[in-house]
Formats: sequence, structure tokens, C-alpha cells
Amino acid sequence: MSIDKDTARRVAHLARIEVAEQDLEALAGELSDILGFMEQLNEVDVDGVEPMTSVTPMDLKKRQDIVTDGGYAEKILSNAPDAREGFFAVPKVVE
Amino acid sequence: MTELSKLTIADARDSLRKGDVTSAEITEDCIKAIDAADALNAYATKTFDIAHDRAKAADVRIKTGDAPDMCGIPLGIKDLFCTKGVASQAASNILKGFRPEYESTITQGLWDQGAVMLGKLNMDEFAMGSSNETSAYGPVVSPWRQQGSNMDLTPGGSSGGSAAAVSGDLCLAATGTDTGGSIRQPAAFTGIVGVKPTYGRCSRWGVIAFASSLDQAGPMTKTVRDSAIMLEAMCSHDEKDSTSSSVPVPNFEAALTGDVRGKMIGIPKEYRLEGMPDEIETLWRDGAEMLRDAGAEIVDVSLPHTKYALPAYYVIAPAEASSNLARYDGVRYGHRAKLEKGDGITQMYERTRAQGFGHEVQRRVMIGAYVLSAGFYDAYYRRAQRVRTLIKQDFETVFAAGVDSILTPATPSAAFGLGEMVDMDPIKMYLNDVFTVTVNLAGLPGVAVPAGLSKDGLPLGLQLIGRPWEEADMLNSAYALERAAGFVSKPAKWW
Repeated sequence: MSIDKDTARRVAHLARIEVAEQDLEALAGELSDILGFMEQLNEVDVDGVEPMTSVTPMDLKKRQDIVTDGGYAEKILSNAPDAREGFFAVPKVVE
Repeated sequence: MTELSKLTIADARDSLRKGDVTSAEITEDCIKAIDAADALNAYATKTFDIAHDRAKAADVRIKTGDAPDMCGIPLGIKDLFCTKGVASQAASNILKGFRPEYESTITQGLWDQGAVMLGKLNMDEFAMGSSNETSAYGPVVSPWRQQGSNMDLTPGGSSGGSAAAVSGDLCLAATGTDTGGSIRQPAAFTGIVGVKPTYGRCSRWGVIAFASSLDQAGPMTKTVRDSAIMLEAMCSHDEKDSTSSSVPVPNFEAALTGDVRGKMIGIPKEYRLEGMPDEIETLWRDGAEMLRDAGAEIVDVSLPHTKYALPAYYVIAPAEASSNLARYDGVRYGHRAKLEKGDGITQMYERTRAQGFGHEVQRRVMIGAYVLSAGFYDAYYRRAQRVRTLIKQDFETVFAAGVDSILTPATPSAAFGLGEMVDMDPIKMYLNDVFTVTVNLAGLPGVAVPAGLSKDGLPLGLQLIGRPWEEADMLNSAYALERAAGFVSKPAKWW
């Protein structure tokens, strides 16, 4: 599977990474090479094989759906690039 | 006292308990060694005030007579671990200025046992790399040099700062993390011991995530005994990590008898790569001979899906990374790009991540986004997960046949020069993980043990892969191998 410039632009946007127009061609080439390497997986017969989703066969532990932590908004906000009045501040999202 | 930073954990523990030395003295010696080793760029952050305080407290505790093994032992901590109030950046610009309000479960456990933090160790950005060259702090330089050369070498990666700090005696031991070989490859490159435990042994809580189904932390130490001691101190069942196991943690050090009589050690034929240097081949054969001489039975085994491990890994790890790294958006912590007039939230996300992530991280996040995207999920991600099942079954078959541990080379070569791989195809760099990555995919424990020197005088390591939860047995085989190999070389100090 070879990736063209438009697909590279789409992938960059999916990943929310700004890529300059003049860099897209090179990016497409790099991504194509890596995907080419992954193509080897097509040689494997995986019919009837379950995908592995956990390393050790175990059910994720469950607990009561109750609050066990929290109540320290200041700590949560202490590393924010922009925090105001107890909130994270971001550019306008909705016009 | 001089050169206390060269001590092993075991020797320091015994000397501390006898009162021959204090933690303050060992710590001071490490601090001197660190300050004299800025050329190695191993420490990203030095926390000497914390070190002095903890050493003092440890000395008081040791006097009371019931101090744990790790009490008073000065450690370096990989920058991937969140440490309260201390910069924890994963060697990325996107986490510049981040000071966690919390402590990772593993480091908290170490401090509770009295260990001393010297500082945070350099690494590949978000643990993505095999040479430490993707770090926002710049590469770590290995303390090792080829005979008759002053070329700067890589300590390996991603735990390159940990490897350089332990082999250069800038701490007694260090924490590392291993997603595809990031403890074992740098350990092998620098002549030290590194353990990746069974998935679920060590809590991942507070360890900055790369690929959650593969990430495990472990010790990087000067000897197998030290790894046994430190591993036990790092293991716990943690409610805060839903994949953390409640399997009881044994006394790993007590398992080190060196007696491997009757143990069955498998040699997987698929690990014999075309074009592998003769010295690696010889090292591997010699290692098997040593274990045979010690009374183990050496058997040929087959792990038929080995060749598909790297491509499966380079689907699964980037996929999980693209999901895990979605949190770096310039809102809650770290870097936020300056915006132009009229820019909205999408520009903020995209520019923040373009500026904050380095090239390799960007590449992997994009690959991950691609293989998870609509229309490609089944072709790439789901297929890779199925291949992963087959890789795991390969190991299960071998263990079911009675094999106790599997012996392989740790790396396909000795350490290479910094800059040597820069213009290479990224896949060339990925090949560094060829012997280690299967272990992460299958969730097994693995250990790298220094076993010899290359023709240029650089360390070479062997890897033992154990049965799940059988680290004790695996470490005992590693101990037998360590004793037989008698690796005592140290890098000649040039820095």
C-alpha cells in the first residue's frame, strides 16, 4: 500500500499534527516505506486465530461506580498552560 | 572512602548494615561522579537536594536495624516515571515544564523502602528509539568506546540514560522501561544487566504511557543479584493499574543458587539471522556451552512466527501510542503553541503537537492513526493482533514441551556510533529490537546479561526469556550464565 500526498495530509490531520504542504511528499514516502514493511503480515495465515487483546488471560477487575478520588482542582490545573477561575482555558470552540 | 558509586546494591546493602559506610557517603560519591560526567548527558535533571535529604533519612532508618534492602541505595530514575514536583518530561518538548502532582507507584515504592533519588535519566522521546538520539535533551553518549577510537557511541535506547548511568557508575542502579527492548538492548550495549518482567508484574501507574499492552518497567543494574533485589522492590499489585497482577512476588534473590542442573534451555533456530556477525553467533554458542557445563540441558526449539514479530510490533505499538499520546494537546499540561489571530482550537492542537513532538514520535503517531483509521483497522491492526496471538502460542508450545528458559542474543550487533543511523531507513533502526520484541508481544519476562566483548572491545549481551511469572527461575539461569561468563570489563574513563 503506497501513500500519496493527499492521504499523508489526511493522516497528519487525523493525528492532529500540522505538516507544511512542502513536507507532505517526503512524509508520504516515509509512511509508505513503513507500511510496506508491515505488508509481510499478509503472508501469515490468521484464519480462525483470535486477536490477542490481553497478555495474561484475565478479566479486568470491576469495582463499585463510586467516587474514590478527586477534590483537588488546583492540583489538576497546576500544569495547565492557561487556567482561569478553576477551568482550563482554550481558544473559542463554538462561534 | 573513594569510588563508592562503583558499589553494587548487594555490597552497599551489606556495608550499610554493618555500619562500614553511610548512605550519605555513597550518595555524595555518586553526586561527584554525576557532576564530573556531564559529557555523557545521562542525567536530564539532577535532584541532589532530594538525594541529600533521603540519604540522611535512610541512615537514621538503617541504624534502627530493620531497613529494607533498597534503603540508602542511590538510584537514577528514567524520565518516563512521574516524580512528584520534579520535572518528568519523557524527554519530549511537549512536556516541557511538567511537574507531576503525583508519584508513580514504582518510584513511590522505592522511596518508601528508603531508596535515594539522584535525578532523572535521559531517554529516547516517549521511549521511541533504540539509540537515544530522539531525545529532546540531545543524545546520551555511552561511557564505552571502541578500542583505539574516540568516536561517540550510543548507549542504546530507549533507556540509554539509565544504561550509561549504571555502566559509568553514576548511580548504583536505575529504573528503565521496556516496550520492545528498551531495557535489554541498552543493557547489552553497555555491559550491564537489565530485566523486563512479565507483563503485569510492575505497576504502570504514573509511568508515562507509550504502548500500554507492551510497556513494562524493570531494573537496570550492575549484576544479576542486584536486578533480583531491585525487581522485588519494584513489583506490587496496584489497584490503580487494572492490568497489574496479584500473583505473589517471591524473594527473587533467594532463588539465586546458580544451580541449573536439569534445567532445559531452548535455542530457537529462527533467531539465527542471515548476515548476523560471527561474534554474535560465537557468543550465543559459548553461552549455551556455559549453561550446558553447569548442568543444563540444551535443546533446539522453534518459534516459527518470529519473523513477523517486528512488523506486528510496528503496527501495534504505534497504534497504542497514537491513542496514548492524544492527551498531549496543549490544554492540560506541557507546551502550547502560540496562536495567530483567527486561529481556532484545531490549529492549537495541530501546531502544539507539531512543535512539541520530535520527528520519530510524529511518524509513529501518524502510522498509528493510519492503521486504526476506518477501512484499514482490519487489514493492519486486527491482523497484527492475530499474528501476536500466534507469536505467543509459539512460546506456549515450547514451554509446554518442558523448556524452562530460552537463550538468544540480546542484540544483533555491538553498539554503533551516534549519528551512524541518522540517514538510514527507520526500519534499519527498528531491527535493533529483533531479538527482544517477541518477548513484549508475548508478555514474557526477559533478561539481558553481559557475556563477552566484541572484537572492538565493546560489551555483548545474551538474553534469557523465561516462562510467565517465572522471573526467579529465569534470573537463576542468568546468574549461572553471569558467573560462567565472568564479565568484569568496565569502560575506561575518558569523560
